[in-house]
Amino acid sequence: MKPLLEVTHLSYAYHSVNGETYALSDLSFQVEQGEFIAIVGPSGCGKSTLLSLIAGLLQPEEGEILLEGTPVEEAKTAVGYMLQKDQLLEWRTIYQNVILGLEIQHKLNPHSTKRIEKMLRDYGLASFRDARPSQLSGGMRQRAAMIRTLAQNPTLLLLDEPFSALDYMTRISVCDDIYRIIKQEGKTAVLVTHDLSEAVSTADRVIVLSSRPAAIKTIVDIRIDLPERTPFLSRSAPEFKTYFNEIWKELKS
Amino acid sequence: MNEISTAHKEYLAKRQRQKQLIRFFRLSIILLFLLLWEIAARKNWIDAFIFSSPSRVFFTARDMFLDHSIISHTGITLLETLASFFLTIIIGLLSAILLWYSPTASEILEPYLVILNSLPKSALAPLLIVWLGANMRTIIVAGISVAIFGMIMNLYTGFRETDPEKIKLIYTLQGTRKDVLFKIILPGTVPLFVSILKVNIGLCLVGVIIGEFIGSRQGLGYLIIYGSQTFQLNLVITSIVILCIISLLLYLALNLLEKKYQNHRQASQP
Repeated sequence: MKPLLEVTHLSYAYHSVNGETYALSDLSFQVEQGEFIAIVGPSGCGKSTLLSLIAGLLQPEEGEILLEGTPVEEAKTAVGYMLQKDQLLEWRTIYQNVILGLEIQHKLNPHSTKRIEKMLRDYGLASFRDARPSQLSGGMRQRAAMIRTLAQNPTLLLLDEPFSALDYMTRISVCDDIYRIIKQEGKTAVLVTHDLSEAVSTADRVIVLSSRPAAIKTIVDIRIDLPERTPFLSRSAPEFKTYFNEIWKELKS
Repeated sequence: MNEISTAHKEYLAKRQRQKQLIRFFRLSIILLFLLLWEIAARKNWIDAFIFSSPSRVFFTARDMFLDHSIISHTGITLLETLASFFLTIIIGLLSAILLWYSPTASEILEPYLVILNSLPKSALAPLLIVWLGANMRTIIVAGISVAIFGMIMNLYTGFRETDPEKIKLIYTLQGTRKDVLFKIILPGTVPLFVSILKVNIGLCLVGVIIGEFIGSRQGLGYLIIYGSQTFQLNLVITSIVILCIISLLLYLALNLLEKKYQNHRQASQP
């Protein structure tokens, strides 16, 4: 079977008056359908740049990114992007926030709004439909942002440190929430994070990047034997520590 | 609601007393001022011919009311102010949007905007009279010229300070620059817009009065200049009092509008 996402020999540099900054150098990896990939690396190594490239917000200088065999610029709607903060707009209600993408793409129809209503119910936001973002807890806001991303039914989800703005307790429970939603909707996900425990506890594979310009140091397969794996339970699994240390050493070397 | 504790009751009572105190002194200042002014004029401590007095102002206003002149002059000034205010809003908003749309244009025009904004606009008024003639159009342009440049600069700066992550959000949802403008930039700068309006209404009034000073046969600005040249200081001071009332009312009207907007937003919350 063809991989869902294929990144081959990808390089990227930022240009400014003070010169060129090489962000990514010769990255190649693949993501299979239904996989959960975590990308870790030292801060400022170009992880977010990589996501922006996969989302088609930036054009690669060298190499190519294929989504189900087509260049990503032509398949942008198949990619859902979740930003670091929830970025819910205060002048819109929760419902108006989650339909933002559909509204922009003129895809508001009975079918799509029915899906939205169902997701709001499923993920415990139905009674906050007409509330303002500021009336919601951090976790609920993150779930609303997730629904906004899922509204356009993307095949690939990009998560750019979506839990980093939350406090520690909320972060762990929201991580569980989002993980469950992704699995329930059967989505493929690429999570960028600098939090090693988050990476090990959620991912099927962890891609370790070097510092700038980012190159792939290694890719670690994570196998955690649990009947029903959740990020929280994974944290207390015996294998967790081994993987954590392995990736830690890779990052340090 | 639970039973209110004695401490909280005392706190509320204290707040209430404080409020009454402020109201009392606010009113006292103006009453005391008027009283002193009147006494000083009657006892010839000051020359009532030059300094006028509250009672003279009152009678002047009454006479002008009776011959309707006060209404027409005030109406003209108000009309000119509102016209320049609305034109400023429209031109200012469109210009700020254009500048935001074209970063190159805004970079080219920036020094000109800075100069035009810091230029004392009263210096332009005589020129406007010569160019456009002594008519209402000129007065309205004078009103616009005082407010417009500051509005464009403030609004454009507000547009540019929009959170770049919110703009990125629109692009991740496959939006265009137009979506960024209508979904993020404009709704996000409404509070700034309202505060700019509050400043602008005052500035437009300033511009209109300057215009009326030098190129008009009507309006409160004309009355002030006419009164001072013919030594009718009662007329000058009456006009100034009316101006005070107008600017207060315009400001209150905008405050009301702002409150309505906030209430409207709150009303849509459960």
